[in-house]
Amino acid sequence: MSAALRLPPQRRDPLARRRVAWSVTALVLLWPLGRLAQFHPATLFDPANAHVMGSFLRGFLPPALAPEFLQLLLAATLQTLAIATAGMALAFALAVPLAFWATRSLSVSAIGPAGGRWRGRVLRQAVRSVMVLLRSIPEIVWALMFVRALDLGAAAGVLALAVTYGGMLAKVYAEILESADARPARALLQAGSGRVAALCFGLLPLAAQELVSYTVYRWECAIRAAVVMGFVGAGGLGQLMDQSFKMLSGGEVSSIALVFLALVMLADAISLALRKVLA
Amino acid sequence: MTTARRARRIGGLASVAAVVAAVVASFAYLAIDLRGLFGAEERHAMARFVAEFFPPDLSAPFLRQVGFAALQTLAVSLLGTAIPMVLGGLLALPAAGRLGMLPKWLARSLLNGLRSVPELVWASLMVLAAGLGPFAGTLALALHTTGVLGRLFAESLENASPAPEAALRDLGAGAVARFVHGTLPLIGAQCLGYTLYRWEMNIRMATILGFVGAGGLGQMLYFHLSLFQQAQAATVLVAMTILVLADDALSGWARKALSAEAH
Repeated sequence: MSAALRLPPQRRDPLARRRVAWSVTALVLLWPLGRLAQFHPATLFDPANAHVMGSFLRGFLPPALAPEFLQLLLAATLQTLAIATAGMALAFALAVPLAFWATRSLSVSAIGPAGGRWRGRVLRQAVRSVMVLLRSIPEIVWALMFVRALDLGAAAGVLALAVTYGGMLAKVYAEILESADARPARALLQAGSGRVAALCFGLLPLAAQELVSYTVYRWECAIRAAVVMGFVGAGGLGQLMDQSFKMLSGGEVSSIALVFLALVMLADAISLALRKVLA
Repeated sequence: MTTARRARRIGGLASVAAVVAAVVASFAYLAIDLRGLFGAEERHAMARFVAEFFPPDLSAPFLRQVGFAALQTLAVSLLGTAIPMVLGGLLALPAAGRLGMLPKWLARSLLNGLRSVPELVWASLMVLAAGLGPFAGTLALALHTTGVLGRLFAESLENASPAPEAALRDLGAGAVARFVHGTLPLIGAQCLGYTLYRWEMNIRMATILGFVGAGGLGQMLYFHLSLFQQAQAATVLVAMTILVLADDALSGWARKALSAEAH
């Protein structure tokens, strides 16, 4: 006991050993990963790479403002907006029936001793699997496939958005509908009304606002996705940017990037305003 | 019907009309003929294209190649999340206003800039800077994710209670000790949660960054589709789907485990 008293006051960091151990473990684990990902920071300072990058970045100022290019830029911007809007429309058309089938609150067999309970459950599970499958492949992969398969430009982007966003919207729509109070719809079903009527008069009045707000938010995401899909040839701003990258034309890239930023901010503002109006 | 209700109804009808007009205008501008798209000839082309993917190439050497690319994709996503965890943490300190107004403004602008450029655009840029390959993909992910994590970390820092640090200061602790023992334990779990969530997103992103030449499964898919080697592309697609579904399952499980621990 006297030995403990003679010790100098505790100045050791009480957490030091644990933190050092974690850091060392992390570094040991990251090392092989770095090898696998060919992590060579030196390549950044390779004179050849640095020269290409330097002249490319120097080209960023001033942004390209030639009238012909601005015309191309305007057309690409409109195309991006059109791809996002048309893709959302098709996704909506795909999502509504899927969500309608997948929603448990609208199950007729759940309200009483009716036949077809198993059929209903199997159908719902099948629809949910389709939704997962549609969502699990990223939209840009679908876009690449459609570009290759059908030799399409912008239409590939529209179809790719329709497929992934269709699956995503259906999932979220079904979740929103199921989180709403199910009793009005159930009462309607028990009184003998059809599933469509139960949806329109039992569930939609409760959930409409949230559904619309989520759809507007997704439209905003679709604009960003439409730009990115252009990099695999699906039209719009992304395709224009990809071409400018390949021609190492820094001025054009910076103009396109500015328009992209403006577009994202505009969509953000519009979607915020729309959601506020709806709220 | 009251005036207010009538105004609401007119507003509602007007917005529906505007949406319908925008959709019609979009299809017209893109000149997409939906009936043509699903016409007999296109259906045949599509069916032929899909049929070419079967059977996928399952020969052992190719599977090894795909496995290596999948590992590479995972490595890119991990490094592309681990580096931002450190860099984002370092930038979050000035961004949370701990070092004065000017550093705060500078750090916030930098984070916003990093975040607002999509990963794929960073990847195109990094392919120019570092050459083709997974290193470019890692850098691209790291740059975008630093912007996202830096901002999230800064918000956690701002929301953390100042009381523990004040107590340590009153005891005479230095700035580093105050932060490391006063604030870090408060926000550590939340920051780790944000990082895991971004990692989950980065796995998805890493599979597609290869489309612009940044390595991994994406580069393989792009390569084989360009050479019209559909059987090989099919194998890569299956690998991608497995990776994404496993990622979904794992993150769902991790989220459940974390929330169970919290309660």
